[in-house]
Amino acid sequence: MTQLIFEKSQKGRRGCLLPETGVPEIDFDSIIDSSLLNEEDLLLPEVSELDVMRHFVELSHKNHFIEKGLYPLGSCTMKYNPQINESVCTLPRFKDLHPNSPTSFCQGSLEIMYELQNYLADITGLDSVTLQPAAGAHGELTGMLIVKAYFKKKGENRTKVIVPDSAHGTNPATAKMCGFDVVQVGSNEKGLVDIEELKKAVNNDVAAIMLTNPNTLGLFEENILEISKIMHEAGALLYYDGANLNAIMGIVKPGEMGFDIVHINTHKTLSTPHGGGGPGAGPVAVRKELASFLPVPTVGFNGENFYLNYNHEDSIGKVRSFYGNFGVLLRAYTYILSMGKTGLKQASIDAVLNANYLKEKLKGIYMLPYDSVCMHEFVLSGDKQKEQGVNTLGIAKRLMDSGIHPPTVYFPLIVHEALMVEPTETESKETLDYFVDVMLKIAKEIEENPEAVLKSPLTTPVGKIDEVQAAKKPDLAYKGK
Amino acid sequence: MNKFNYLPHTTNDRNSLLKEIGLNKEDDLFQNIPEKLRQTRLGIPDPLTELEVQKRILELAKKNVWLGDYISFLGGGSYDRYIPSTVEHVVSRPEFLTAYTPYQPEISQGTLQFIYEYQSMICSLTGMDVSNASMYDVASAAAEAALMACRVTRREKVLIAKTVDPETQQVVNTYTSGPNIKTEVLPMDEGITCLDSLKSMLNKDVACIVIQMPNYLGNLEEVKKIEKLVHENGALFVVISDPISVGIIKPPGKYGADIVVGSGQSLGCGLTYGGPYFGFMACKEKYMRQMPGRIVGATVDNRGNKAFTLTLQTREQHIRREKATSNICSNHSLNALASCVYLSTVGPTGLKDLANICFQRAHYLAQKISKIPGFKIPFNNFFSEFVMVLPDGISEETFMEKMLERKILPGISISKYYEEMPNAILVSVTEKNSEVDLYFFTTVLEEISKKMKLQVTGK
Repeated sequence: MTQLIFEKSQKGRRGCLLPETGVPEIDFDSIIDSSLLNEEDLLLPEVSELDVMRHFVELSHKNHFIEKGLYPLGSCTMKYNPQINESVCTLPRFKDLHPNSPTSFCQGSLEIMYELQNYLADITGLDSVTLQPAAGAHGELTGMLIVKAYFKKKGENRTKVIVPDSAHGTNPATAKMCGFDVVQVGSNEKGLVDIEELKKAVNNDVAAIMLTNPNTLGLFEENILEISKIMHEAGALLYYDGANLNAIMGIVKPGEMGFDIVHINTHKTLSTPHGGGGPGAGPVAVRKELASFLPVPTVGFNGENFYLNYNHEDSIGKVRSFYGNFGVLLRAYTYILSMGKTGLKQASIDAVLNANYLKEKLKGIYMLPYDSVCMHEFVLSGDKQKEQGVNTLGIAKRLMDSGIHPPTVYFPLIVHEALMVEPTETESKETLDYFVDVMLKIAKEIEENPEAVLKSPLTTPVGKIDEVQAAKKPDLAYKGK
Repeated sequence: MNKFNYLPHTTNDRNSLLKEIGLNKEDDLFQNIPEKLRQTRLGIPDPLTELEVQKRILELAKKNVWLGDYISFLGGGSYDRYIPSTVEHVVSRPEFLTAYTPYQPEISQGTLQFIYEYQSMICSLTGMDVSNASMYDVASAAAEAALMACRVTRREKVLIAKTVDPETQQVVNTYTSGPNIKTEVLPMDEGITCLDSLKSMLNKDVACIVIQMPNYLGNLEEVKKIEKLVHENGALFVVISDPISVGIIKPPGKYGADIVVGSGQSLGCGLTYGGPYFGFMACKEKYMRQMPGRIVGATVDNRGNKAFTLTLQTREQHIRREKATSNICSNHSLNALASCVYLSTVGPTGLKDLANICFQRAHYLAQKISKIPGFKIPFNNFFSEFVMVLPDGISEETFMEKMLERKILPGISISKYYEEMPNAILVSVTEKNSEVDLYFFTTVLEEISKKMKLQVTGK
């Protein structure tokens, strides 16, 4: 491994110098209780600027990233992140804007946020948008708190939220955080929500259903209009988990399917970089009946100026400091400008086209539990390969040796040995064919010599990791020599 | 040719893919979607070339006023600070920028190791045993800390100091409204938390108290006295800490905090109109299994080398679903990287220097202002941000206008949050405010005072 930056430290070495105070100085203990003065050395590295650069550049070489190779992680939409999105964020008038500046200083940024609100309302087929949430799960929290506040205002005590068994783990976790009990409904033989089971689960205690459409199997819930009718007739709301929105831009709109609340993952659908786990953004769109519950502030326009609108009478409050991850929202806005309405639609079409192509090429060799035209992703099962001696994790590790990031594995939970593949629209036919070749080669290797496959990964910066030891004997921080 | 930015397929490619799938046209891909829903249209504008996008974005940027043209004392949770050049160059590397969450450790060691190093630095700055991989921001981190304290103590009331950043208070209220946890506000007295009120409000229902140090008004709380009261009551002590102040003031773990959160904005994140920043979150080891968020641990690989991986994942939503400690399934990794590079470049001595510069310049400025007839500095026990009360006879609005005319942003108005302090401005001093800036600011304040013919009124 690379030495820790702390292990490169030399007492007295500095990475940057700072100016003198330039003013007459006072003693700390004239102001601060002397027992609170920090007299110990902080455990921070003492290194030169070159040490810093070499260290982090060396670390960077140990990552897989989009510009290096294919990244077909299902449900994560690892599409290419255009360079212009990065360039615009370095403009000083965006970068150096203080959030507590007078609104007359912020008209450009507010205009971008206002237009983005409108664009997202259009894409989702809903009416009002908050840009505040910092991530998809944060958007879910915002949306489900709106559900809670809505029924509280109506004077209805609804305590349950329905979640399909194929749902992302965040859905039940979010429902629980908002004080709801989770009711799980199963999937039918086609991999779709079991309508009969849903009907049995729905009653006056149910506040909402949380759905992804297309679902995590990459299949469109073709009964969505019936589902929304069942829910709305019972007085409940429909929440749309926008994780898979990349499949449907300009094709169908969640609002027109009957959804009342939608979150959008800008880092998936709108090409903002994932950053190794964030920052993203998770704007939430709602039907107009729910607009008064949105967090404050949203951005308004009075015909002359853009302003921060704190006037939402039923607002759930604030879900974060200030107004949103502006740096991320600016990238999403730039992407929408570049793509336009026809480009966004073509992006969804190509994403679906690429997924179906891979599915057709791989389905004879790997098991495909739900065989249907898919949307932007599909889920294979590694059951056959497991019987031959290599499970899905083994396949994943073998892919790394061909410079490909593995698909999402062991999710959704309803498929054994799941391999969830999402190629995205930014990959060319040549890259898709390379993936197919590698997958077929691995399947053949497993048939012929599974032990050899199990040795992978061989070409990665580290070998297979002992995750059990990490959890058993937690070593979570460097504590000094 | 391919007609759209970033989409590589040519018409030929599309046709050949369709053929291989066994479909005739693109529309057939969507055959499982009810026909009725497929009639929809987008209303957003037509595509633009990169050249056109650049032009449009520049036009919009010009509608913002550049902070560099002003002398700014704006703070209140976001600070204009020096950022070493290393930070931008490291965080803009695509290797870090376009990687996903490090679920596959063998090809994510870069991200995993810097998070481990980040966690180590946060442990040092907070005086805690365990840090997570970062949270969205300080406010959501404080809210998660409050929920965590409720899980640890199995109690259902949160006391939050009125001197905590009002936006953070609002976010704590929003988060606790979900599981119906009660929150109560601890009153303040002379700019800090009122100990008598704390005594009377503490009881066996209280899971934690949340304070900020230095607090929103810049003042130093009586943390040792608070800690004693809180722990005598069996509650947890949650401290929102300013990481720069730790250059002078002990980390919260050294005065008894159980959970420490704070804003990482000061550690190399820039301003960007309020985000993305990050929140840090750390706790004592005995509470780590109740902590939300990602955690990276060191382990070994099958070649016997030290390596890193995400760990303690049985706390998290993708394993535990509704039984998880939180729904959070990401962090603000790139911002955590910025802070890791920042702290590596600045080092322990640099952090002390920064804290000293801010402290000395802020106190010098406050002292100068207190001598200007009409202006008052009500509290002296601050770190680098302080309250300035305007003279009677000038409204906040007029004052702000006069300041803007002289290209000064004097601070932020706080009367909307603190009715008891009308005409009060929160002034923040950072290392970017040179002694010349301070001189110019006081000179303009003196002009106002002279024009108003004011007398010195003391404190």
